[in-house]
Amino acid sequence: MQIKIKDQTGDFLLDVEFSGAEDGITALYGPSGAGKSSVVQIVAGLRRPQLAEIYLKDTCLFSSAKKINLPPEKRRIGYVFQDARLFPHLSVEANLNYGCKLTPENERFIEFDTVLSTLDIAKLLKRNVASLSGGEKQRIAIGRALLMSPSILLMDEPLNSLDSARKQELLPYIKEISQSFKVPILYVSHSPEEIRQLADKVIVMDAGRVTHSGSCESTLDSKF
Amino acid sequence: MTEWFQLSPFEWSALRLSLIVAIWAVTISLPFGIALAWVMARKQFPGKFLLDGLLHLPLVVPPVVVGYCLLVLFGRNGALGSWLESIGITLAFDWKGAVLAAAVMAFPLMVRAIRLSIESIDLGLEAAARTLGAKPLRVFFTITLPLALPGVLSGFILAFARCLGEFGATITFVSNIPGETQTLPLALYTYTQIPDGETGALKLCLIAIAIAILALIASEFCARWLQTRTQSENRRAD
Repeated sequence: MQIKIKDQTGDFLLDVEFSGAEDGITALYGPSGAGKSSVVQIVAGLRRPQLAEIYLKDTCLFSSAKKINLPPEKRRIGYVFQDARLFPHLSVEANLNYGCKLTPENERFIEFDTVLSTLDIAKLLKRNVASLSGGEKQRIAIGRALLMSPSILLMDEPLNSLDSARKQELLPYIKEISQSFKVPILYVSHSPEEIRQLADKVIVMDAGRVTHSGSCESTLDSKF
Repeated sequence: MTEWFQLSPFEWSALRLSLIVAIWAVTISLPFGIALAWVMARKQFPGKFLLDGLLHLPLVVPPVVVGYCLLVLFGRNGALGSWLESIGITLAFDWKGAVLAAAVMAFPLMVRAIRLSIESIDLGLEAAARTLGAKPLRVFFTITLPLALPGVLSGFILAFARCLGEFGATITFVSNIPGETQTLPLALYTYTQIPDGETGALKLCLIAIAIAILALIASEFCARWLQTRTQSENRRAD
C-alpha cells in the first residue's frame, strides 16, 4: 500500500507519505487531532483529498496526476468504524451478509463459517442489533467488513468506545484475523498498549505529518 | 333514527369520490415526494432555499390561489392543459383534476415529514454501506428508505388526511359537480347552502371526523409496529 496525501482543511495541513505492509498489522499511531482518521477516510474514499496518490497493491484508488478517483464501493476496502455502525433495521445475519452479497462470487476468499468461528459470533446470528453489547457489535462489524473479502481492512480506533475489560477481550480476535485471513490491516489508535499487542509495523503521526515509522519495538521504544 | 346510519346516493358518491381522489393523489405523489425529500435532505445546490420556498407555497397561500393557478396552467386553454388535452387527458372539471389539486395541496406536508426522517438518519450508516460495496442507489433502497419508513408512512397519512379535507383549490379548479368532482367537503358545503340540509351536513361532518380518527389510529399503530421492528441504534448497549 502506497499512500501520499496533501490536503488543507482550514488551518490544518495534512501532508503524509508512507507505505503499509502487504500483510500483518500496520498501526497508524498518534495523538487525537494528528490526522489519522482523515487519512483512513481518504483511503476508503469517504473524503476527497486535494492532492493524493493512493495505491493498493497494483490498483490505483486515487491519483490526482492520473485523475482517478474510485468511488468507495469499488475500492474493496473493509472499514471498521469507531462506532460499529451496524444497520439497525437488519438482523445480525443480514448485517454480516450485506457486503458479502455485493462481492462477485469469484472474488470471495473468506468463508462465512470461518469468520463466525474466528470471531465467536455464531450464537448472535438471530439476535436483534439493538440487543448486542458494545463488544459484540464491534465483532459483528469486523465480521461484516471481513466477509466482503476486502483487499485491506481499515480499523479506525475500533476499541475506543469500549471499556478496558472489553478492549482486552477484543484484542486477541483482531490479532487472530490478521493471521487466519490473508488480509493486511491498517489499525488506527492512540493507545501504545494496543499497538504493542497488535502491530508489526508502526507509523507515527503528529500534526498532520508522519514523524517516525518502522518496526513496532524500535519505533515505540524510541518514543517512550 | 335509522336514517342516521343510511347514506343517500348523494352522500355515498361524495364519500367514495373523496376516498378515490385522496388515494390516487397520495399514491401518485409519493415517489416524487420521496425523491424531493431526499434531495432536500442530502444535497446542497444553488437555489435550494428558493426551491424550499416554492415547495412550501401551497401551505401558506390561500387554497383558492392554488386552485386558480392550476386553472390557468391546466385549464383547457392553459399552457400545460392544452398539451395534455392533445394526448387525451382532461383535468379541468374532471375528477382527475381534483386528484391534482389535492396532491398539490398535500405535497408540502408529505415532503416535510419524509425529509425530517431522512435527515435524522446517521450519514455514517450510508458511508458504511458504500464501503461494503453498495452503489448510491442501492444504499438508498437498502439503508436510507427502510430507515426513513416511519417518516414516509406518517407523510403518507398526513397527506391523505389533507387530501380528504381539500376544498378551496378543488372547488376553484374543478368546480363542484356531483359524482364527478364533488368530494365530501364540497358536498358538505352544498348541504349548508340548501334548506333542510343540516342533517346531511352533520352526517358528513361526523363521517369526516371518523375517517380522520381512523387515519390517526392507523398511523400510530404502524409507527409503533415499525419502531419495535427497527429498534433504533440510538440505544447503545453500553
